[in-house]
Amino acid sequence: MTTDFHNLPDAQGRFGAYGGVYVAETLMAPLAELTAAYERLRVDPSFIAEFDYDLKYYVGRPSPIYHAERLSRRVGGAQILLKREDLNHTGAHKINNTIGQALVAKHMGKRRIIAETGAGQHGVASATVCARLGIPCVVYMGAVDVERQAINVYRMKLLGAEVRPVQSGSKTLKDALNEALRDWVTNVDDTFYMIGTVAGPHPYPQMVRDFNAVVGREARAQMLEQYGRLPHALVACVGGGSNAIGLFHAFLNDAEVRIYGAEAAGDGIETGRHAASLAAGRPGVLHGNRTYVICDDNGQIIETHSVSAGLDYPGVGPEHAYLKDSGRAHYLGITDDEALAAFHELARSEGILAALESSHAVAQGIKLARDLPKDQLVLVNLSGRGDKDVHTIARREGLSLV
Amino acid sequence: MSRISERFAELQALHRPGLIPFITAGDPLPEATVAIMHALVEAGADLIELGVPFSDPMADGPVIQHANERALAKGVGLGQILDWVREFRRCDTQTPVVLMGYLNPVEIRGVERFAAEAVEAGVDGVLLVDCPVEEIATAQPLRAAGLDQIFLAAPTTDEMRLQQVCAAAQGFLYYVSFAGITGAAHLSTDAVRERVTALRQRARTPLAVGFGVKDAATAATIAEFADAVVIGSALVDTLAGGVDAADAVQRAKAFLAPIRAALDALTAGHAA
Ligand SMILES: Cc1ncc(COP(=O)(O)O)c(C=O)c1O
Repeated sequence: MTTDFHNLPDAQGRFGAYGGVYVAETLMAPLAELTAAYERLRVDPSFIAEFDYDLKYYVGRPSPIYHAERLSRRVGGAQILLKREDLNHTGAHKINNTIGQALVAKHMGKRRIIAETGAGQHGVASATVCARLGIPCVVYMGAVDVERQAINVYRMKLLGAEVRPVQSGSKTLKDALNEALRDWVTNVDDTFYMIGTVAGPHPYPQMVRDFNAVVGREARAQMLEQYGRLPHALVACVGGGSNAIGLFHAFLNDAEVRIYGAEAAGDGIETGRHAASLAAGRPGVLHGNRTYVICDDNGQIIETHSVSAGLDYPGVGPEHAYLKDSGRAHYLGITDDEALAAFHELARSEGILAALESSHAVAQGIKLARDLPKDQLVLVNLSGRGDKDVHTIARREGLSLV
Repeated sequence: MSRISERFAELQALHRPGLIPFITAGDPLPEATVAIMHALVEAGADLIELGVPFSDPMADGPVIQHANERALAKGVGLGQILDWVREFRRCDTQTPVVLMGYLNPVEIRGVERFAAEAVEAGVDGVLLVDCPVEEIATAQPLRAAGLDQIFLAAPTTDEMRLQQVCAAAQGFLYYVSFAGITGAAHLSTDAVRERVTALRQRARTPLAVGFGVKDAATAATIAEFADAVVIGSALVDTLAGGVDAADAVQRAKAFLAPIRAALDALTAGHAA
C-alpha cells in the first residue's frame, strides 16, 4: 500500500518519529487552547472563506507560474518554471501564514501578537497583519540579523511594530525564537505567538503548513491547466521549511513528481559552516519538536552559517524530517557562492531579483534542469523577492551603497 | 524507596521544610562545582538541583541563560557533570541530586546510555524542562533505570492534566510559582498558597515550589504550605560574582545559611 502523506500529523502532532510537543509545562495550556481553536476553525467554512478572501484581495493571489524561458535556454536542459511567491504583498510566501494566524488570533480574542524573525520577512508579514487588525505587535530578532536586514527592520517599524533585538546565544533566528517563547510563557493570557515557519510545537508545524499549502494547491492546478501535466520535479529552499512544505504538500501523493529541498550549505557542508539541518544534522529536540538539528556531541546547538538570514536556522520543520527519512523528498545543500551565482543569473536572464533564500532553490533548480531533457518541467518556488538583500549582496561584492 | 523519597520522609518526620538550591553545573568555575555542592549541604541544603547547561534554554531568564553560556564557553558537558556527581557521592551518600535541563543533550548522548550512567554516578532524579507528561515515553528509559522523573506543574496546568502529572510524578512535584521564566520578579505568595493547598489533594508526592524565590522571607512564607522551596536564579546570580573556587564556596554558604535559618525558625515556631 502506498503512504497517504496527507494524513499527517497524528493527534499528538507527530509526523512519524518527528514533531510532538516538547515545551515547558506553562506552555501546555496555551498550546492546547490554540490546538482546539485551530481544529475548529480549519474546517469552518466561514473561516476558510475569510482566509481565501484575504489571500485574493489583500495578498494578490493566485501567484502565477512563470516559464523562465531565457534562463532555461541558457541552462540548456529542462524547462524551469517559477512559482512567483515574490509577487505577493510584502514580497514573500510568509504573508500566507500570517494572514491565516491573524484570523485565528482574532477568533481567539487575543489582544497582542508576538513573532520571531530571521530575514525580517516574517516580521514584516506579522507587522503587516497586525496593522490591519489594529493590535500591538512585538517582533523578536537576533541582534546579528537586525544588522544585516536593516531595511526590513525599518519596514516593521513603519508598520507600527516594535522590534526587540535579541542579544542571547548566537543572536540569530534560533535565539529570537527562544525569546519569543519566553515572552509567551510570561504573557500566556492575552498573547498570540505567530511562529513564522513549520517548526515549533504542535499545532504550529501543521497550521503553518496548512496556510502555506495554498502555494502547492494553486501550482498543481496551474500545471494541469497551463501544461496539461504535473512537473517532473519540485524545488524549494528550506530554512524552517514553510515555503517548501507549502509547495510540496499538494504533490506528496503524486509519486511521479520528484521533490527536492535546497538547504543552506554556507561555506560548504564539509567546512562545518552551514545551516543544512537535514543534509548534515541529526535527530534531536529543539524549539518544541523532535526533528533534525545541527548540534555537537554534547547536544548543544551549533551556530549556523548562511549568506541568507532566512535559512540560518539549526532546526527544520518535523514534516521535512519525516519526508527525508521516508525517502519521499530529497534535501541537498547549496553553498553561498552557488546561491549568489543563481541570484545574478536570474537577474540577468529574466529581470527578477530573487531573495537570497529563494536563490538557493533557483541554484538547485538549475543544477537539476541541466541534466534533464528539454521537454521536462522543473517547478521552482520563488519564495520571495530580493529587495531586502541588495545591501548584503553589494557588501559581499565589495560595494557600498551610500 | 528512592533517596529523594527517603529524604522527604525524614524532613516530614522532623517537620523540617526542605531547601533545594539550584546551581548551573560548571558555573562560575568548573573546578568549583563539587565544592559548591558540599558547601550548600553544609549550609542547609536538603537536595541539590544541578542545572545541565544548554545552548537554548527557552524556559530560563537572563541569569540562568548567562550561567549556561558561561559554562558552555568552558566546555561543560553531560559527561563531566556526571563525573562531578560521582565525585560528590564519594563524600556525600545522603543528599539527593537532581539533574535539571533540556532534552537535546540527553537525546544526543542516548537516553538509555545516559540513564545507566546517571544511576551509576549517583544521580537520583531528572527534570527535563521540555518533556511534559504527554511525551513521557521519551523518558521511559530513565524511569526504567530507577531514576525519579520530576515533573513541573504550573499555574496554567488545568485539572485534567494535573491528574496526569500527579499520576506520573516521582520523588516530588515541582510547582512553578508563576507563568514566566526562571528568575522573574512577580511572585504572589498568596496565589501560590492557594494553588499549592489545592494541589495537596491531588499530589501523591511531596510538593516543592520554585521560580522567583529570591530571599529568606519569601522562602519562609512558602515553606508554611509547601514541603520544600527551590532557590535558583538568586543563588546563581550570587555565585556568578565568584572570582575563584574558594570565593564561590564562600558565596554559596553565605547565601544559603540565612535562608536555612529562616526556615528553621519556622519549625521552632511550630514546635513552641
Ligand atoms: C523569501 C524567503 N524564503 C524562504 C525563507 C525560509 O523560510 P521557510 O523555510 O520557512 O520557507 C524565508 C525566511 O525568512 C524567506 O524570507
